[in-house]
Amino acid sequence: MSVAATTPRFNDNVHDALHDQRLQGALPHARNFISRRADAAARLPEFDALRDSARAIKDHALAHLDLYLEAYEAKVVEAGGHVHYARDSDEAIAVILGICQAHGAKVVTKGKSMISEEIGLNAALEREGINAVETDLGEYVIQLRGEAPSHIIAPAIHVTRDDIEADFRRVHRDLPPDRDLSRPEQLLSEARAILRDRFLSADIGLTGANFLVAETGTSIIVTNEGNGDLTQTLPKVHVVLASIEKITPTLNDVAQILRVLARSATGQDMSVYTTLSTGPRRADDPDGPEEYHVVLLDNGRSATLGGPFAEMLRCIRCGACMNHCPVYHAVGGHAYGWVYPGPMGAVLTPLLIGVAEGGQLPNASTFCGRCEAVCPMRIPLPKLMRNWREREFERGLTPPLARVGLRLWAFFAKRPALYRLAIEPAMRTLALIGRRRGRFAWLPFAGGWTRWRDFAAPQGATFQSRWRAKSGAVK
Amino acid sequence: MSAREEIFASIRRSLAVGPVDAPRRDAVAARLAQGPVGIVPRRGHGEPAERLATYKSEAERVLATVADVATAADVPAEIARFLRENNLPATLRFGDDPRLAAMPWPATALETARGPSEGDDLNAVSAAFAAVAETGTLVLVSGPDNPTTLNFLPDNHLVVIFAADIVGDVESVFARLKATYGPGALPRTVNFVTGPSRSADIEQTLLLGAHGPRRLHIVVVAG
Repeated sequence: MSVAATTPRFNDNVHDALHDQRLQGALPHARNFISRRADAAARLPEFDALRDSARAIKDHALAHLDLYLEAYEAKVVEAGGHVHYARDSDEAIAVILGICQAHGAKVVTKGKSMISEEIGLNAALEREGINAVETDLGEYVIQLRGEAPSHIIAPAIHVTRDDIEADFRRVHRDLPPDRDLSRPEQLLSEARAILRDRFLSADIGLTGANFLVAETGTSIIVTNEGNGDLTQTLPKVHVVLASIEKITPTLNDVAQILRVLARSATGQDMSVYTTLSTGPRRADDPDGPEEYHVVLLDNGRSATLGGPFAEMLRCIRCGACMNHCPVYHAVGGHAYGWVYPGPMGAVLTPLLIGVAEGGQLPNASTFCGRCEAVCPMRIPLPKLMRNWREREFERGLTPPLARVGLRLWAFFAKRPALYRLAIEPAMRTLALIGRRRGRFAWLPFAGGWTRWRDFAAPQGATFQSRWRAKSGAVK
Repeated sequence: MSAREEIFASIRRSLAVGPVDAPRRDAVAARLAQGPVGIVPRRGHGEPAERLATYKSEAERVLATVADVATAADVPAEIARFLRENNLPATLRFGDDPRLAAMPWPATALETARGPSEGDDLNAVSAAFAAVAETGTLVLVSGPDNPTTLNFLPDNHLVVIFAADIVGDVESVFARLKATYGPGALPRTVNFVTGPSRSADIEQTLLLGAHGPRRLHIVVVAG
């Protein structure tokens, strides 16, 4: 069972988000990512060539996914690890619960893992009386708040410093109530001290993976805090939870993708900790886990290969698309209603939970194209969103008024002479009425637009009529 | 069908391929064997002196501190200086690395302990396997010589890197790992460390020392 979606209520979510003053106060922080990514890209002349290289590697890996998975599995086993396959969320949860029960685990520390959000792991562990502790600072904060992440790499970006202070005072009851928590450093220190105890007492450490390397049977995590490393180094058992498309052929292939990952995500050249883990601790190792498990989740990904949405499987979860999305900037991640927000979420969500549930999200786009322009893996996100819109229309899921509008538009669009006959006088009329102010505060049938912003008055002539005047004819 | 069989069948159905497909198998085997090198940025390249300069400026850019010493025998005095000047206790922990063990620690006032950390050490010293000029990154490998816990539990991590082990890029590190551990094999953990631990999860404010070390001090040994 995966996390329940509020995606079908997307329009209501958007309305709530736009009127949530605290959220609107926190959201501008997401825009900081834009200049950081631009600076990092500008500092590396080879950046765009590396994006092409990364895309080619991932396309090759996906076209041979069965064979690289076989090779990866053999290498993990050779290094003394265990590989488990899960068709869906329920199977992945059952495997992880089985490992927990075999070790009598009471406390599971967790590094940041979007797959664990996808399968709803924390709730499943809690139901069995196992304490799941998020250790990434942002994930820890939202776990205290009983929320889901609102961003795939900055999960608490919707939360303010004041909120975090209030949450820490509410939950950390053993600490003196009059302690000073006014500065972010003090909040960090408090979380660090509390989580340090959890790291040292955990029975199992669970992390995600940014890469699974077929050449060596290695899982790789990329982090900044070091929580993932403490999670996987200190307990007796390390469980890696990852989806099958994380498979990357070789270490040198990883090197290519690493160069675009952190730059696209946080604007760092390299994240602080890139950690390669291969099997359990060796005979002479003084530390590290005694057991190493990898849980490989499919959840519909294998069926996506080779189809119209296959390019989405190249996604490396950097978050650049949402960092540059005007819709995300306006409403934040929770409005999207499921695990993955922003443009990548708009494409992925209908794939994972179905177009009936998630079909609203591909409409949450202005088609400005910034997501595709910054995607390190060059995923054509607007095209994929259009694919979903077509499917939504074909299945009759588009609202009736929108269907009528689209049919009406299609009727004229297919008859250029009629289209011109209808549009040109309308434009001239609007230009005449609006010429004094240059804009309209109200227009019939356009209340949804003019309620929030003015409608610019047209210049008078249409593009086509001006083109005709300039070049003599329209072919 | 088991989950494994069904997932493989589904992948092959979607890709419209069969399990026995010699050209595909050959392509995969060749890539795994050769590990072709892709695009390597020029930034990390150059003569050793230039590479060293790039390494140091990139490491400082990610908020590590860097000191130079002439020989391995000068490392303990530099580490004692760093701890003293930052008002840190004169205690240290390190593993069994013979290069560290041979250094003249008794000549300093430092109190040293050996072996992995259990969480109550403030300072640790590690010897790096390599370093990457392109990004100012240190590469540390697990094992009794340099236990992985020393990289993350202490507040202050002091890392010794020999100038000859500073390479241009990550690909060169992978080549060295292959030469040391054999093709297709790695130690349990390889840590690429680029600066001290940090988080920006509170209103995108950069804070150091999130869960790992608050300070990363790199001592480059020339000879």
